[in-house]
Amino acid sequence: MHTFLRILSYLKPHRKRLAITYGCIAAVTVLNLLIPWIIRQVIDVGLAAGDRRYLLQMALLVVGVAAARVLFSFGQRFGMESSGQMVAYDIRNQLYDHIQRLSFSYHTHAQTGQLMSRMAEDVGAIQRFVAGALLDSLSIVLMLGFIIAILVRMNWQLALIALIPMPILAISVQDLARRMRPRWKQVQQEFAQVTTVLQENLTGAQVVRAFAREPYEIAKFDAANRAYMRTRLSTIRFWGSASPFMGFLVACSIALTFWFGGPMVSAGQLSLGTLVAFSSYILMLSGPVQRLGNIVNLAAEAFACAERIFEVLDAPFEIHDSPNALVLTNVRGHVKFEHVDFKYSDGRQPTLTDINLEARPGEVVALVGHTGAGKSTLINLILRFYDVTAGRVLIDGHDVRYVTLESLRRHIGVVLQDTLLFSATIRENIAYGRPDAGDEEIIAAAKAAQAHDFIMSFPKGYDTEVGERGITLSGGQRQRIAIARALLVDPRILILDDSTSSVDMETEHLIQQALKTLMKGRTSFVIAQRLTTIKSADQVLVLDHGRIVQRGTHDELVAVPGPYREIYDLQLRDQEEAIASIAAATGAAHLRPALVGARG
Amino acid sequence: MAALIQRFRSLFKEGQVEFDLPEDLQFRGYDRRIVGRLFRYVRPYGRQMLIALLLMGVITATSLAGPYIIKLTLDNAIPAGDMGLLRGLIAVFLLAQLVGWIARAAQVAAVAEAGQSSIYGVRRDLFEKFQRQSMSFFDKADVGILMSRMTSDINALQELVTWAIVGTASDLFTLIGIVIVMLALDWRLSLITFAVLPIMALLTAMWRARARDNWRRVRYYNGRMLGYIEENIQGVRVVQAFTREKLNLEKFVNQINYRFNRAQQRAARLSAMFFPAVDFLGTLAVALVIGFGGALAVGGSVFTPGVLVAFVMYIGRFFDPIRDLAERYNTLQQAMTAGERIFGLLDRPIEIESKPGAPEMPPIRGEVIYDHVYFHYEPDLPVLHDINLHVRPGQLIALVGATGSGKSTLVKLLNRSYDVKAGSVRIDGYDVRDVELSSLRRQMGIVLQETFLFRGTVADNIRYGRLDATDDEIVAAARAIGAHEFIEALPFGYQTMVEEGGASLSVGQRQLLAFARALLADPRILVLDEATSSIDTQTEKVIQEAMDRLLEGRTAFVIAHRLSTIVRADQIVVLAHGRIIEQGTHQELLARRGAYYHLYTMGFAEPTASKIQYPNIYSPRSAP
Repeated sequence: MHTFLRILSYLKPHRKRLAITYGCIAAVTVLNLLIPWIIRQVIDVGLAAGDRRYLLQMALLVVGVAAARVLFSFGQRFGMESSGQMVAYDIRNQLYDHIQRLSFSYHTHAQTGQLMSRMAEDVGAIQRFVAGALLDSLSIVLMLGFIIAILVRMNWQLALIALIPMPILAISVQDLARRMRPRWKQVQQEFAQVTTVLQENLTGAQVVRAFAREPYEIAKFDAANRAYMRTRLSTIRFWGSASPFMGFLVACSIALTFWFGGPMVSAGQLSLGTLVAFSSYILMLSGPVQRLGNIVNLAAEAFACAERIFEVLDAPFEIHDSPNALVLTNVRGHVKFEHVDFKYSDGRQPTLTDINLEARPGEVVALVGHTGAGKSTLINLILRFYDVTAGRVLIDGHDVRYVTLESLRRHIGVVLQDTLLFSATIRENIAYGRPDAGDEEIIAAAKAAQAHDFIMSFPKGYDTEVGERGITLSGGQRQRIAIARALLVDPRILILDDSTSSVDMETEHLIQQALKTLMKGRTSFVIAQRLTTIKSADQVLVLDHGRIVQRGTHDELVAVPGPYREIYDLQLRDQEEAIASIAAATGAAHLRPALVGARG
Repeated sequence: MAALIQRFRSLFKEGQVEFDLPEDLQFRGYDRRIVGRLFRYVRPYGRQMLIALLLMGVITATSLAGPYIIKLTLDNAIPAGDMGLLRGLIAVFLLAQLVGWIARAAQVAAVAEAGQSSIYGVRRDLFEKFQRQSMSFFDKADVGILMSRMTSDINALQELVTWAIVGTASDLFTLIGIVIVMLALDWRLSLITFAVLPIMALLTAMWRARARDNWRRVRYYNGRMLGYIEENIQGVRVVQAFTREKLNLEKFVNQINYRFNRAQQRAARLSAMFFPAVDFLGTLAVALVIGFGGALAVGGSVFTPGVLVAFVMYIGRFFDPIRDLAERYNTLQQAMTAGERIFGLLDRPIEIESKPGAPEMPPIRGEVIYDHVYFHYEPDLPVLHDINLHVRPGQLIALVGATGSGKSTLVKLLNRSYDVKAGSVRIDGYDVRDVELSSLRRQMGIVLQETFLFRGTVADNIRYGRLDATDDEIVAAARAIGAHEFIEALPFGYQTMVEEGGASLSVGQRQLLAFARALLADPRILVLDEATSSIDTQTEKVIQEAMDRLLEGRTAFVIAHRLSTIVRADQIVVLAHGRIIEQGTHQELLARRGAYYHLYTMGFAEPTASKIQYPNIYSPRSAP
């Protein structure tokens, strides 16, 4: 009931539209009921008396009724359909707004696909319910009420008999839909299986060919294809054998009318015209009765969908502005962690334990550690994607929980490893954080990020579309656009991930250059994979199992045995040795300084 | 929030937002070749189609019998008070309905069988075609597009075969049947009724074109909207980091969602106009019957209550098929577009195939020769230029060079993912183009940087290397690679399901599985693309050892990123812009101070911030 009322509340802003629609529905119902009455008059009065004038009058009356009905029928159809669409529009707006403001912890658990199906299928079901059931129910109630009243008034005994199949009709429509649903679901599942096999085969095309596994793949696909075909076939067969039953029930009603009504006419208890009108009303009734059966299903479907939607809409924003939150202005970039603990709400182990750190304005802090050591979590706390479990994170002395989210994040720039660009032009992507930026500023940012040259090599330059409907950029190109995007915001605090996955040497070099420009004069937190970055950092923090286990500069840390030395030996030394072996083989003088630090 | 949305909404007025629908979706009319092609798939089920056709006659007859029986009841049985006749007629009426029910069920079954089976055939052929295509096909094709050929396009064909063809036939049957019965009842009244048909045809034609555009627009904006939402959910971290929430909402409310809503409303408005108009025409025909029926009756014709009722009922059924036919025209057009695309794919030539009667490749020893090899994907963009390479059995070759220098292409010629444009690639003296393709590929192993795993168990994924491998052999391969420990630690060991794309496993673990898979296949020539993604220390160690084990005793081509791999290679091949610019061992190449030397100084040394001398590795340089 609560769900139902909540769905109804979405109709409130559309009261006027609803009122007009209801008016039209009532008008159409009455006009529809007039036609069989006219036919009765034609038979009993016009034809019986052979009165041509009367027949002509009746014909004109029919035209008049039909003309009026066109108008109201339009109002009814459009009113119903568009009300559903408007409700769907409102719900989508609300959902979208809520989803994009939900905290990060929500999004790490929610799957994109599920949220998408809330947006598409679930909203669609509510739209169908509003258009097809909620508004239509008035038309059904009116039709049923009027027709039954008329039938009873015409001849209540005949009405009682002729209406017997109608309840069965309503129940069997509902029943058929109920029994069809799991079947269709299975068909959909089998179809999903077909597409999964196909998708896997296409994305893994190279592996399939490398192992010459084409016959195996064909057999695999054939099994899925065949299973789908069979299930679909049996479902259609079932539907095909069950659905004509509805038509048969209506025919039974008509048969009953004539079986018992015929003798009544002969006996003079009923006029011939009334019998005809009676059977017309019975036929007219079968439509609403079938829709009535369907309403139950539409409602059940819509309620289930609405509950899923409301679940999303009712999910609380875990991270939100505290009352009287301060607007952060003129940030210098002083970041401090004081005894910070953090545990994910569903985590058993704390992810961060007793983190203390201080980054003075302009300092570079390199975070080093294995996957899962807590590097990304630490960074997420600065952005306030999560709130600390204990302790506090301060920016210029302000606890991040007591400043507005918007002003906090405005001052922090982010460049992540898996760079996400949006389906828009390159210009819009660079200006993502500052949509009001002028062209010169955008170009300047792109130049500083070493992206201008490749952007200009596209025929449309900055107006080139990227993403789904545009071109695909390489990993290195995307990363440089992300750097330009961060540069344009001109943040005081910068968060970045310096691991550049599989780019060639030239691009690697350009990215390093761009990162250097980007970090200049900003407090930077870097999840570092590159020796060059680590070496240039003011502080290196080594994380392990959520604790800072070592801190210092590269030179200090590499000199003593410990976790950093281990990481260095396994991952970083390779880079160092390359320099050494090259230097040894060639005596390249300019490489020396780089080595002095390492070898102490 | 609600207030915010309300405010945004008040900003827009009708017509302010332009529809920017691309015109690339061209709709096609009836095409005999496509239908003929489709018919070939249906032909094996000719029997079912014939049965369906016969049943259609039965269904039409039984459904048209109803109004006529009622006419007889009204005109003959009731006025005469013949209750026996009345009951007989009603019994016939019910019997006809019953026969109609059974015939309908049988017809649906027959049609479904023919339709589903033939579509199954199209789907099977398309998939087989995909399997026979070479890699060059997949480079140009988008997986999403190929998927939609198999799903939405084939569904459009299915729609045509199952419902449209049969539906159209049954509509025509019904129409013709009604015309005959009406003419038989009263030919003059019939002609008067038919007078509304031209208006009806005109109306439908007008509606058809507009409705099609409308639905196209709705689908298009729906797709745009869902794409926008999906992107923003996936990028929610960026959205929030850049505090774009308000702006994005405004764009969503005023453009993305709004355009979709407008398109929907437009479509709803049109159909809300069309269907009442059709109803009007039907009722107009009834009015004509009543008006003229009276006039004609005086002229000697018998305008009885039964004729009137029968006419009213027939008119009601007359318009349904016409409306259906109009709607079905859209299905036809969609199917034509879909059919053209599907058959286009089926007719696409296969670029790489075994020559007819090509001999099997005998067991490979592992000598590989690239002899003046040239290759390009696009005619004016050379990718490989005069490649000459001689690899002795068991040698390890490290390929080094920038992205796009031709490393991957070079190894792809080896297993005939592509064919050379000039020159030849020979293995043990056999030109790879002259031997049977699968016998060649079976003896070669490829481990890609991005490990592709199939949905299935861990064991299934390893077994992909050799389908007849026993469980013991799989465990042995995993042990040899060093993957056994982590597999055993998984919830169900070797029977653990790997999720789509292997998301539940780490990059390193996935790579180890790929190694085990390759080891199980025991290839004579191995191609390995070293991963560059960061892998944790422990796994890194295991992977290094696994690689040693895998490379042992095979000719191997490695697209190398690790110095340790490069250093111990028997030959390092440095590529730039599709040419081999340097070749030799690590020590030899360093001593030359050429491109290789520069590549590695730049990669690992700290760039001197002020003046970066960017070495031009693209022009071949001679030794100093």
